[in-house]
Amino acid sequence: MLTTWFLLVAGMIAAYVVLDGFDLGVGALYLFITSTDRERKLLLRTIGPVWDGNEVWLLAAGGTLYFAFPLLYASAFSGFYLPLMIVLWLLIFRGIGVELRAHVDSAVWRGFFDGCFAFSSLLLTIFYGAALGNVVRGVPLNADGYFFLPLWTDWRIGSQPGVLDWYTVIAAVLALLALTIHGANWVALKTSGELNARAKRVAGILWPLLAVLTLASLWATLSIRPEMLANYRRHAILLVIPAAVAASLVAMFVFARKRAEKAAFVASSAYLALMLLGAAAAVYPNLLISTTDPALNITVYNSASGTHSLSIGLIWWGFGMLLAIGYVVFVYRIFRGKVTETTEWTGY
Amino acid sequence: MEQTLLIHRLHFAFTVTFHYLFPQLTMGLAPLIVILKSLALRTGDETYNQAARFWARIFGINFLIGVLTGIPMEFQFGTNWSHFSRLTGGVIGQPLVMEGVFSFFLESAFLGLFLYGERRLSPKGHWWVAFMVFLGSWLSGFFIIVTDAWMQHPVAYQRMADGSFQVISFWGLLFNPWALLQYAHNMSGAVVTGVFVMSGVGAYYLLEGKFSQHARAFLRVGVTVGAIFCILQIFPTGDLHGRYMARHQPVTTAAMEGLFKSEKGAPIVILGQPDEEHQRMDNPLIMNRALSFLIYGTSTAEVPGLNQFPKDVWPTNIPLLYYSYHIMAGLGTIFVVVMVVAALLLWRKRLYESRWMLWILLLCLPFPYVANTAGWMTAEVGRQPWLVYGLMRTSEGYSKYVHAGNGLFTLLGFMGLYTMLGILFLFLMHREIAHGPVPAKEAARSVRAA
Repeated sequence: MLTTWFLLVAGMIAAYVVLDGFDLGVGALYLFITSTDRERKLLLRTIGPVWDGNEVWLLAAGGTLYFAFPLLYASAFSGFYLPLMIVLWLLIFRGIGVELRAHVDSAVWRGFFDGCFAFSSLLLTIFYGAALGNVVRGVPLNADGYFFLPLWTDWRIGSQPGVLDWYTVIAAVLALLALTIHGANWVALKTSGELNARAKRVAGILWPLLAVLTLASLWATLSIRPEMLANYRRHAILLVIPAAVAASLVAMFVFARKRAEKAAFVASSAYLALMLLGAAAAVYPNLLISTTDPALNITVYNSASGTHSLSIGLIWWGFGMLLAIGYVVFVYRIFRGKVTETTEWTGY
Repeated sequence: MEQTLLIHRLHFAFTVTFHYLFPQLTMGLAPLIVILKSLALRTGDETYNQAARFWARIFGINFLIGVLTGIPMEFQFGTNWSHFSRLTGGVIGQPLVMEGVFSFFLESAFLGLFLYGERRLSPKGHWWVAFMVFLGSWLSGFFIIVTDAWMQHPVAYQRMADGSFQVISFWGLLFNPWALLQYAHNMSGAVVTGVFVMSGVGAYYLLEGKFSQHARAFLRVGVTVGAIFCILQIFPTGDLHGRYMARHQPVTTAAMEGLFKSEKGAPIVILGQPDEEHQRMDNPLIMNRALSFLIYGTSTAEVPGLNQFPKDVWPTNIPLLYYSYHIMAGLGTIFVVVMVVAALLLWRKRLYESRWMLWILLLCLPFPYVANTAGWMTAEVGRQPWLVYGLMRTSEGYSKYVHAGNGLFTLLGFMGLYTMLGILFLFLMHREIAHGPVPAKEAARSVRAA
């Protein structure tokens, strides 16, 4: 039961990263691959009808965490108070950037909204990467099960870490790169002509960096947390995951070469989901590792809701998610295909 | 310690009050848009379609700001009220996830289709999409009310040894009687905001002499639905909710009514200032025996006053509670008068020419927002000093490790950001309303043709 909920939460986070990941990546690329108003409109149209739904996965994952593992939700959300609040502010700027640009016909306002969208998307990828880094590195949990992290301390990994240190910065840059490539793959898939070519060029240039940084992050993780290998040693079958990460990384390169746009996008989606899955497999059954004393770790066992709630939850949650997946498939089908300037879904 | 608690309370109060300015309009407009679209289908009159598109634009902007200010609400349970979340996740985590799973996905998917997909769908198909948006937004409201209702009137739970709450009946939680009453009252309140905004804009256009065809459609729909819902707001929804509350939170009722001492045949205070120091009302304007009658149905029943309860369960801010409740109830009564008179004029076919009535409708536009906000303040200030009524105090629930300095930092951040959002919102509303339901040239042409 607990493992099931652990996997469900991990799956929702992965869905969020893959789905909202591409529109965040589009945001990070936005100012770099467009120069005219026409191109910016086109780029926004590739995500216009879906970005909001993508963001719902974050809310749904957060809610599911609250429901299934209240202690983790309470501890992590209050402990990462400052970065989370900044993420909330960035999400607000991003939302107004995407949606309100079309409402005001003025160059100055368009510039403002463009800036909101691009800047906040870029920063969000960095924050999300750092967040994952923090979970792997661990936090100074106290005996009550709480902690509070400042944004940074001395950038080293000691007993009093900050949200940002050299390790989480690696994770942050890795997320920026991975999501930018993912976004570029989406743009390549949804556009044609000059934008398509530029997106492919960006993905091509960034790929070697991503490959290097993936290895670097693996090395860094094993050097600060050698115990991350324990689960992999115990269950050799799990080694399939890192192998699949490597395969998806290679696939991204190969498909980009072959100009197989859909396959390249699938490969970057797989890369993101598998990286998360790999991290989840390494930390399980821990949810939040204590840097002060392993006995204080928050695990699936000590943080879960009651069995009754969780077992009934499986029924309605499963039903609701089936519906949700149905809507997602439906919307992506309706808005499938490349966007063009004459695409009529310009909204009201 | 005290200061930290205060900042966390202000943090939630400020962000949720600002947030609810937007969903109340979207939940109120959603059914009205469905009505406009139904009229378009039935009559084949393009005016209704243009009207629906105009309100869809307004809806879209409000929905966006509602979503953007709503995400912080879900996060704040954990960030600012971590101990509360930790103990109650097993109960109210459920409606909060259900909102995400059952309503946010539905809403976001169909809103995209609604705003971007009209030309890809048949008129009937687009009607269904509008209906699904309505359904999604009303479902979302339901799950939030279930959450709040459990805090007001905890049911279907079990307290564990570690102090945490676990749900023991899924349906018992969802169909908490408090939730059903509060939901009816709250959704009716949202419709009241929707109808006043719709008729206010209609009145504005008629007074300006613009878009008169659309303005009449707005007034027709707004005033007809408005008269019904302004009455429903008081009777039966407000009445039932109030009586249920008097039974389960009698100390809150006493404070709302400014009843310091228990009384047989208690009066209702219509105006007056609560004087906590002397435990009495100053300058009271009262209606004899009315309170006993409203609560118990007989004018002689004894209504328990504040003196009947120990001071540590009194709501912590009695004057604020008293004023919130009186502002809500007073405005609600005025709304009935305004909408019923407007509906009579509409029925006698004199509304569009009655400039005085159009002026009243226009000037009423902001007040449903005040009434809805005051209503929520009545509920939440009235719940104090409890987070979970009778079981967990507000002072036990906040994030102890997020000290006042950090709390104030983000509170100020939100204040600044929301001020900017508010200005941007007003600017965009102004633009949409000035632009109108059809390009101005087209409207002028159609008037000349007519």
